[in-house]
Amino acid sequence: MKLHLTEEESAFREEMRTFFTTEIPQQIRDTIAAGHHVGKEGVVQTQQILNRAGLAVPNWPVEWGGRDWTPLQRHIWHEEMQLACVPPPLAFNANMVGPVIANFGSQAQRERFLPPTANLDIWWCQGFSEPNSGSDLASLSTKATRDGDDWILNGQKTWTTLGQYADWIFVLCRTDPEAERKQQGISFLLCPMDAEGVTLRPIELIDGSVEVNEVFFEDVRVPGDLLVGEENKGWSYAKFLLGNERVGVAPVGATKRALATVKKHAEETGRLDDPLLAAEFVGLENELLALELTALRVVANSADGKPHPASSVLKLKGTEIQQAVSELAVDLGGPLALASGAGDGQGDDSDIAEWARVSAPTYLNLRKASIYGGSNEIQRQIIAGTILGL
Amino acid sequence: MDFTLDSEQTALRDAVRGLLKGYDAEHRRAVTKNDPGFDEDMWSKLAEMGILGLPFSEDDGGMGAGQVEVSVVAEEFGRVVAPEPFVEAVVLAGGIVAACGSDEQRKEILGGISSGEILPAFAWADPTGGEKGVTVDGDTLTGVKEPVLNGARADTIIVFAEGRLFLVDGAATERTSYRTFDGGRAARIRFDDTPATPLGDSSTGSGGTGSDATEATQSVIAAAQVAYAHEALGAMDSALKLTTSYLTTRKQFGVSLNRFQSLTFRAADMYTSLELTRSIVSWATMVLADDDVSPEKKREAAARAKLQVSKAGRHIGQEAIQLHGGIGMTAEYSVGWLTARLTAIDHLLGDGRQLTGQLARGLASYGVVEPLP
Repeated sequence: MKLHLTEEESAFREEMRTFFTTEIPQQIRDTIAAGHHVGKEGVVQTQQILNRAGLAVPNWPVEWGGRDWTPLQRHIWHEEMQLACVPPPLAFNANMVGPVIANFGSQAQRERFLPPTANLDIWWCQGFSEPNSGSDLASLSTKATRDGDDWILNGQKTWTTLGQYADWIFVLCRTDPEAERKQQGISFLLCPMDAEGVTLRPIELIDGSVEVNEVFFEDVRVPGDLLVGEENKGWSYAKFLLGNERVGVAPVGATKRALATVKKHAEETGRLDDPLLAAEFVGLENELLALELTALRVVANSADGKPHPASSVLKLKGTEIQQAVSELAVDLGGPLALASGAGDGQGDDSDIAEWARVSAPTYLNLRKASIYGGSNEIQRQIIAGTILGL
Repeated sequence: MDFTLDSEQTALRDAVRGLLKGYDAEHRRAVTKNDPGFDEDMWSKLAEMGILGLPFSEDDGGMGAGQVEVSVVAEEFGRVVAPEPFVEAVVLAGGIVAACGSDEQRKEILGGISSGEILPAFAWADPTGGEKGVTVDGDTLTGVKEPVLNGARADTIIVFAEGRLFLVDGAATERTSYRTFDGGRAARIRFDDTPATPLGDSSTGSGGTGSDATEATQSVIAAAQVAYAHEALGAMDSALKLTTSYLTTRKQFGVSLNRFQSLTFRAADMYTSLELTRSIVSWATMVLADDDVSPEKKREAAARAKLQVSKAGRHIGQEAIQLHGGIGMTAEYSVGWLTARLTAIDHLLGDGRQLTGQLARGLASYGVVEPLP
């Protein structure tokens, strides 16, 4: 048992910290620090800077821009990025479709898609959930039928995050309705968003934001070379993808930063002297420490890049703490939190501090965290079944 | 950062586990029925194995091991709720002698503890829940300390009085002993102009010879808090194992209980609590074992670990009984023992509320809690 990072690991952390705090434009980092979105350009600009330095897709195979890092190095990279308020590489590209194409795609698909996916020249979105297939994803009914070499795609996807920016969508669709098990008849297709028959309808969320969409497919013709891997093997690729999604989903660094910011406001306003409030901070800081240490423990023990089964703990607890921190921020804002619409129009129309204005929309928005990426109930199911054998 | 044990530590763990493996509910119940509430033969075997001198320097008759080894052993005690007072006698009482005693006192007492010939007890608490109760008059003590764990069986009592530490011969005191709810023993100890030797060396001014012993005691308490945290971790681990095994075997409504999602989800939450605890408790051990970390940071790490243990111990202990149903309430079954011990540990050396208060005082002095130094 040893506490310290090795000399190499410390140097690596320093290198990451320096890069993130000097190479990413201050204005982008300030925007994130203030709790705002940086928009499409900010995300693209950041990912391209990271990609030029070889820091966008370290989890990919080396020949496609990945780095042969240890799990701990990957963890440090991810944490330092969050602490520096750097928008992370787009998850749909870097953590989802990229690794799937790299692992299961044809050589032609790799050459065609991986470089622009790493560089965010293509913005991907995820076509998984459907109105009737949420947690029970394998029951999906969007279908693709053969027409010569092509596929004809029909159906509807939903909760498509940032689909409004997307150039391409990766779609799970049913290609064998007769398969014995529902998981067996599913394939993984790539589809341009500007293909004829694809329409996108935005969904407004409870915080007033528009980040998810419905996507409709009506007789969309998809060329046969856009099928990833084998026909009817899509479910195993999806499981691979969801395993990757879960590992990065515990936002330890970002939550630490958020909690420190809330604490600073509490201190500045003298509220930290309230022992009840102070006790809440102590409790959350301690849980967050336990979570971070668990993340470190899990990366240290994960072999051959496979997610540790305990990664469900990270998702479950990580999102709970993330939500609790956002709740504390609204509590601290109190009635000031109602000024959420200030600044939307012409800037200076409110004297209320920025953090208080964004606190309630952030709190409402983060209710999603325990639903996405495999709802927390699904994570409990995984822990009970896979780990505890219940 | 490395959370794994090396081969010697693993061998130590396996040896202690092997020695204690007989402690099922029935055996523990039989052993704790009679005074002194633990197995004297087992105590001798622990001495032979070197466990009772584990943290003391070789010069003082010990093994010269560190916090990692102490934590490894404590976790095995917790796993089976072994009634032998390893943390109380070796880590805490022995630790105080090691930290504050003179060369001579260390040699004599630590040597005696290591060989199993001396059982020490630390008399800190007073009957009102404070840490006073005893006054000093020259070389004698007068007053009451209670509850003193293993106080009636102890050969040597280390007494905290007026901010100083003293050694008192157990036989020179008036003692009444009773059972504690976790199967152990505690005593009321009366001092009546009882002769006492200051702990410490007058030439260095440490310990009981005039300077404030509280400071020196703090580091020992941190070590004992972390050892308790590991003992609790072992107990929580067992409580969850018993619970999952019960859920898969117990049948009601014609099916095993693991068919009920309301129960398996609660077991999943217990697992989450357990793993978070394992992480922070192991981290605290590494912090205490690291020579480069300041005493303040070590105390903070110990408080953090024990705060998590307080929360998780309640969660896992309470749920383990509830998910067992009636059988979990019986003394014949281990899960109640585990929960009783978790409750005792929670209330020794600072409970969750006190530790929260302690950590709250430093809250404004940093932005984020950094696990790495």
